[in-house]
Parts: sequence; C-alpha cells; structure tokens
Amino acid sequence: MNNEINNNIEVISNQNFDVDYFKEKKINFRIFKDKFFKYSTIAGALFISLLLAYILFYIARQGISSINWNFLTELPKPPGEIGGGVANAIVGTLIMILLASIIAIPVSIAIGVYLSEDKQTKLSYWVRTGLEILQGMPSISIGIVVYVWVVLQMGSFSGLSGGIALAIMMLPVIAKSTEETLKMVPYSLKEASMALGVPYYKTILKVVLPSGLSGILTGILIAVARIAGETAPLLFTSFGNPFMSADVMKPMNSLPLVIFNYASSPYKEWHNLAWGASFLLVLIILILNITAKIISRKWKIKF
Amino acid sequence: MRKLFSGDKIYRGILYASAFFLIVLLFGFFITFIFESSESLSKFGFGFITGTQWDPIDSQFGALPFLIGTLITSFLALIISFPLSLMIAVFLSEYFHKGFFHNIIKTAVELLAGIPSIVFGFWGLFVLVPVIRDFQTAIGIEAYGVGIFSSAIVLSIMIIPYTASISREVITMVPSDVKEAAYSLGATKYEVIRRIILPYSGSGIFAGALLALGRALGETMAVTMIIGNSNIMPTSIFSPGNTMASVIANEFTEATDSTYLSALIEIGLLLFIVTAFINLIGKYIIKKTARFS
Amino acid sequence: MENQVLNIENFSFYYGDSQALKDINLSINKNRVTAIMGPSGCGKTTLIRAINRMHELTENTRTEGSIKLYDENIYELDPIIVRRRIGMVFQKPNPFPTMNIYDNVIAGYNLNGIKLKKSEKDIIVEESLRKSALWGEVKDNLYKKGTFLSGGQQQRLCIARALAMKPEILLLDEPTSALDPKATAHIEELISELKNYVTMLIVTHNMGQAARISNDAVFLYLGELIEHGKTKKLFTTPQDKRTEEYLTGKFG
Ligand SMILES: Nc1ncnc2c1ncn2[C@@H]1O[C@H](COP(=O)(O)OP(=O)(O)OP(=O)(O)O)[C@@H](O)[C@H]1O
Ligand SMILES: [Mg+2]
Repeated sequence: MNNEINNNIEVISNQNFDVDYFKEKKINFRIFKDKFFKYSTIAGALFISLLLAYILFYIARQGISSINWNFLTELPKPPGEIGGGVANAIVGTLIMILLASIIAIPVSIAIGVYLSEDKQTKLSYWVRTGLEILQGMPSISIGIVVYVWVVLQMGSFSGLSGGIALAIMMLPVIAKSTEETLKMVPYSLKEASMALGVPYYKTILKVVLPSGLSGILTGILIAVARIAGETAPLLFTSFGNPFMSADVMKPMNSLPLVIFNYASSPYKEWHNLAWGASFLLVLIILILNITAKIISRKWKIKF
Repeated sequence: MRKLFSGDKIYRGILYASAFFLIVLLFGFFITFIFESSESLSKFGFGFITGTQWDPIDSQFGALPFLIGTLITSFLALIISFPLSLMIAVFLSEYFHKGFFHNIIKTAVELLAGIPSIVFGFWGLFVLVPVIRDFQTAIGIEAYGVGIFSSAIVLSIMIIPYTASISREVITMVPSDVKEAAYSLGATKYEVIRRIILPYSGSGIFAGALLALGRALGETMAVTMIIGNSNIMPTSIFSPGNTMASVIANEFTEATDSTYLSALIEIGLLLFIVTAFINLIGKYIIKKTARFS
Repeated sequence: MENQVLNIENFSFYYGDSQALKDINLSINKNRVTAIMGPSGCGKTTLIRAINRMHELTENTRTEGSIKLYDENIYELDPIIVRRRIGMVFQKPNPFPTMNIYDNVIAGYNLNGIKLKKSEKDIIVEESLRKSALWGEVKDNLYKKGTFLSGGQQQRLCIARALAMKPEILLLDEPTSALDPKATAHIEELISELKNYVTMLIVTHNMGQAARISNDAVFLYLGELIEHGKTKKLFTTPQDKRTEEYLTGKFG
C-alpha cells in the first residue's frame, strides 16, 4: 500500500495545475451577498410579524368598541337600530363546541389509543392515511356530507348537524395528539402495572392514559381552537338563526356565521357587531392556544 | 379470571370499532359524494370540467371558470407566500435559532395559523380590497377591488404558517456536521444555505409547499368574501371570479333543483379528490425525508 | 524561524464565562505533523477549532491573544479566507450527502463560487483523490454518492475535499476515532505521506497513533499547554509530571 501512495505522489508532483484565482468572484462581493441575504431574510420575517401585528391591532381597534354588556347579552337588532348584541351566537358557538367535543373526544381518543397499540398493522396504516385525508380535507366538503347525512334526513338545519360537522374536524387533531403522547409513555410503566397483576385494559385506562393526560388535553384544546372559528361547515348545517335558540334540533347561530352574514351586509351597525364578534373569536382562540401551550409545557411528561 | 379476560376483550373491541369507524366514515364521504353527484356526473360527463357556462336557470353546468379560478388564486398565493415562508424558516433555523427574536417570529407564525379564515376574509374585504381598488384606479383598469388578485394575497398570508413550519423542521434536520464541513471550506452562511441546506432539505420544503397548496385550494370563507363571486371565466388576475369552494359556499343553500345541487356536490367531489391527493403526496414526502436523515 | 507557519501567542478562549484555554503559546513548523494530546475535556477541539475560526459558529465564544498564519493575524482576516487556507477534517466522516464523489471533492470551489473549466476540475479531483489514496478505489465510480463509501473511504474523501482547496495547514480532530483498525491504519499512512504537502495538526486520544505519525507533540491539560516538543522526546523523557502521568495512563 505504501508503494501505491508513493507512486501516486510521483504522478502528482509532475503536474502543475495552479488555479487561476482571478476567475474567482471578488470576496467583497460574496460578503456583500451574504449580508444582503441575511438582512432580506430578517426583513421578510419582520414584515410578516408587522403585518400580523397590524391585522390583530386592526381587529382589536374595530372590535373592542363594540364589546360591552349589551353585545354579550342582547340579540341582534333590525338594521338601522343602534345597539344589539350577539348573545345567541355566543350561546350557539358554545353549544356546538360542547356537542362536537362530546361526540369527538371519546372516538378520537380510542382511535389514538388504537394507533399506539397496533403500530404496524394494515388497519392502522389505513387509519393513519384516513386521518391524514381528514386533516387536509377542505372544511366545506365536511359541510356538504353532513348536510346530506343529517340535514336532509332531519328535514331541517340544526345545531346538532353543526356539532357533528365540527366533531369530524376535531377528530384527526385529537387522535394524532393522543397517539403521539402515548408513544412517549415508556413501556416500563406498562410493565410495572402488568407485573402487579393489573389487567391490560385497566393498565391502559388507569396508568397509561392518565400519564399522557396533558398531551391529550393539549390536543383537545388545539382541536377546539381549530373549530371555534370554522364557518364553512356550518353554512349548510347549523345555518344561523337570528333568534336565541338552545334547541339543537333547530337552526343555530354562531360567531363565525355572524361575521359572515353581517360583514356582507350594507349596515354600519352590523359591521360593528361583526368586528366585535371577530375580536371575541380571535381572543377565544388565542386563550385556547395559550392554555394549550402552558399545559403542554407545565405538565410535560418527564420520565 | 374470566371476568378480567372479557374486560380485555371489550377493550380490544372498542379500539377496533373506533378504527373501523374512521375507515367507514371516510368511505362514506366518498360514496356520498359519488352518489349525490351522480346525476351531474352522468348528465354532463367530462363536459362538466371543460364547460365554461355556469347557468343554473338554464340548467347549464360547466365548472371550468371555477377550476381556473381555484388554480390561479392558489398558485398565485403559493408564489407570493413561498419566499416569505422560506425566509421565516431560514430566520428561525439558521439566523436566530433561539432567543428573543426567535420567539417573537415563532409566536407570530403560530398566531397567524390561529386566526380564523372568516376573520381574514373580513379584514381583507375592509382593508385590503380598498387598497387594491385604489391601485387598480391608479393603473387605469376596471376598479373592482374584489377579485382573484385580492383573494390570492389574503390566501398567501394565510398559508405562510404551513410552508414555514414544515420548512423550518426539515432545515433543522440538516446535520450540523455537514454544515460545518461547508464552513470549513470557506463558504459564507449564504453559500451554505444556498448550496448545502436547501438542496438537502429541498424535498421536505417542496412537501411543505404542497401542503400549503392543499390548504389554499380548499380554503373557503376568506376567498368567498373577497373574490367577487362572478361565474364567468376570469379574463385577468384582477377579474372577479369564483373558486370551487367559494361557489359551493355561495350557492349551496340556493340550489333548489336536484341537478343544480348535484352539480355543486360534483365540484365538492373534485375538491375532495384533489386535496386528498395533494395531502397524501405531501405527507409521504415528509415521511421519507424524516427517514432519510 | 521562517519555517514557522503558525504562531499562537498568549491565546485564551472562553465559552461564556468559563475559560477553556489559558494563555496558550505554540508555534508550528512547516510540513510537520503535530499531535495534540490530553485527557477528555482539556480543550483540544477548542484549540483547533479556534485556529480556523470555526468556533465562531458557536454562540457566546470569545478569544484573547493572537494566532498568526505566517505574519497575518487570522482574527484580522475574513473568516472565509482563513478557513480556506486552513482546512479541517472532522471526527465523524461528513461527506455532503446530496453530492456525488466528484462534486464532494470539488465542493470547496463550488461553495466559494470559483468557476473552473471542466478540465481544471478534473485535474483537481484526480490530484486530490490521489493524494488521499482514494483514487484507485473510486475512479470508476466518481459520479456515485459519497455516502455509499465505507467509513474509512468517506474519511479519505473528506481529506481529499480539504486538500483540494490547497490549504497551508490541515487540522484533523480525532480523524480515526470513528473508524475500524484497518481504515485507521490506512489514514495513518496517508497522514505520514501528506506532510510533504501540508502542515498538519492532529488531535488524537491514541498515544500509539501520536507516536507513529507525528513529529511533534503537544500535551494539554485543563486548558493549559503543559508541554510541547519532539514527539520522541516528549514520549521518552517528559519534562512535566502531568505529561508523564498521562502517558502512563494515570488519567484520560
Ligand atoms: N459549546 C460549548 N459550550 C460551553 N462549553 C464547552 C463547549 N464546548 C466545549 N466546552 C467545554 O470546554 C472544555 C474543552 O472542551 P473540548 O471539546 O475542547 O475538549 P476536548 O479536549 O476536545 O475533549 P474530547 O477529548 O472529549 O474531545 C470542556 O470543559 C467542555 O465542557
Ligand atoms: Mg474533542
């Protein structure tokens, strides 16, 4: 081997191939390009943040003046009359979120648990694919299907159908976060419980799920934040209702629907109500997201 | 002992039931779309996609204007948002990978993802549309304000978080020893980003753009409020138009006869298939990228 | 004296508030291999990364004193020039995974935006691969990905990549610690040959390796330079008790 190297070296020393460094780009130009790129990147990132700040500020400025006691407790007034509120929409939003959560949480947690148990089966592959399709599905498609399944069968728009549509949107979010969380629960914890003679299902229910609680809770909050502002699936399910109604079998109003209907109206008062509703909605979503963050940070599973 | 055993059985039963439920749900979606649009499918056939006339009174249903409207708004939005998303990803992963500025930009992007579509639409209608209208007046074209261009701008802001967060993730996965090798040869940071990091994470960034595109294609409310809801073929990027999602949102509750409803649902079917396809490809690429590193 | 390539004077290094190198003085002669030894955590990596300013990629680092390449203080030059003149080989082989073997070798030129004719590139690639004793093994597979090579071949590819830039000094940080004995022997041989072209500083934990391949040796302990001299002399008659303890395996 030594010989091989020595031979190579002889070959090399006979060659002369000094590079013509004049062809090189000026070093100052390269440094300039480097700086230029850095500052454009910073400018781009700054631009987006400022734009966001502007949008948030605008919504807050327009919305905050509309929010008062009447806004929260009264019904909308006919066009031309000053005042009025969106109490029915707030109630409707809360009812439908609750409904959606009741429907979605048990099923999606069960799906998440299933995925964490059967990691590599055919069924779990299809379930994962299904969740991915569902997650990326335009919300309006969900509205169409729920319209066909529920509204047409019931013969009327209803809060219930709205809740079902929103539940379908929550499903992939909670299922995924449950799966991810349970994956991080160490096997030794399961073993410890099983070794005490606790049956498997009780081990999962009493040991594994509780230790992943914060992750699942975070997933639920994020899912709620995601559906709180959804409008498209409600257009032809809960439809909207100018009156106060807590009857889930009847059409029901919601904050996003208020924004949509009032924003496209020609009345200034209604625009103000829509700004108020926008601000309230953004605030709710912000609080949900922050809570989710705090929970996942504070209760992070440490093993 | 017997009792415990059956507990485990019930447990497995419930898990299987929920897993099957999801599959059945999605299958049901698909069947419902096909079934409910069958009238339109059989009546118009391929002409549904190529027809340019959408006239419910005449029972004429050609969806091409909406397909075009969807493609233009989505791709325009992607073109506008892509460089900005990439800048944010590079900013967060290479220039400020922790600390005050990192947190600010990261929070901003997360907030952006949280603002509901309807609020973006409302803001766009009242703030952006007047600006675009002034601009159109200034350059001397018909000043609608609303239209494809305005929608694309609002969409582009809305989809930034998708490309940015996925790009950031894949850029962070570039091994630091590979980057160090490039620095040790005398490369500037820009050169390392341009010639090492971007080629390495290219497919992941592409997947991020794909997922953002999927979002843009299906995005409904913001577009519905801003695009101008015109059913004729757009003639320029400033024309008012409609997208597949926005025409459904606008006309679904007005569709009284069965052909009309069926035609709208066929648009929904197309949207469903296209977005499902784009998402699965995007996710597949991301999975492969994650394994590669 | 004019034989001195590198002159490290009163050099101290800090990670934030903690001092990793204390007042180092060291001069390196041309075309010699200097081994840097010392127990884990004594600052070997820190020292050689400071020599081509790679430490600037780590946040919160600070240096005092000077490092001179011939007469120029490297801290007054632009880091991208310094790094081109002082090449580096890392502990773990790190060929560019997106590039084939040919592009890996010529990567330094491409990265630096130096436009070369294909014929010039061909010469540089062949020359560098021959110098790193890899040419025979890869000359038929130049357009295959570098990551398909064995660990030892990858490391020689990385050496070729560094040599292609014609560095005046080559820094090697435990270049064989991730390799098997056979690949290690191959690299050691290579280093012995390469000193005809380039001055080398090599960090190694392996005293046998230091004895086999180096002309001079440096012993670092807790951030201080304890001893520097001809390898033979340092191994046979160490001046400092700590060097002796290290060499006889008392710590590290
Ligand atoms: N990025 C860093 N931040 C803070 N301290 C560091 C950093 N890198 C190294 N140190 C500290 O500096 C000292 C020297 O580290 P260095 O990596 O240079 O040691 P070394 O001699 O190369 O060790 P080894 O033989 O294990 O590679 C150590 O005490 C280490 O903890
Ligand atoms: Mg080290």
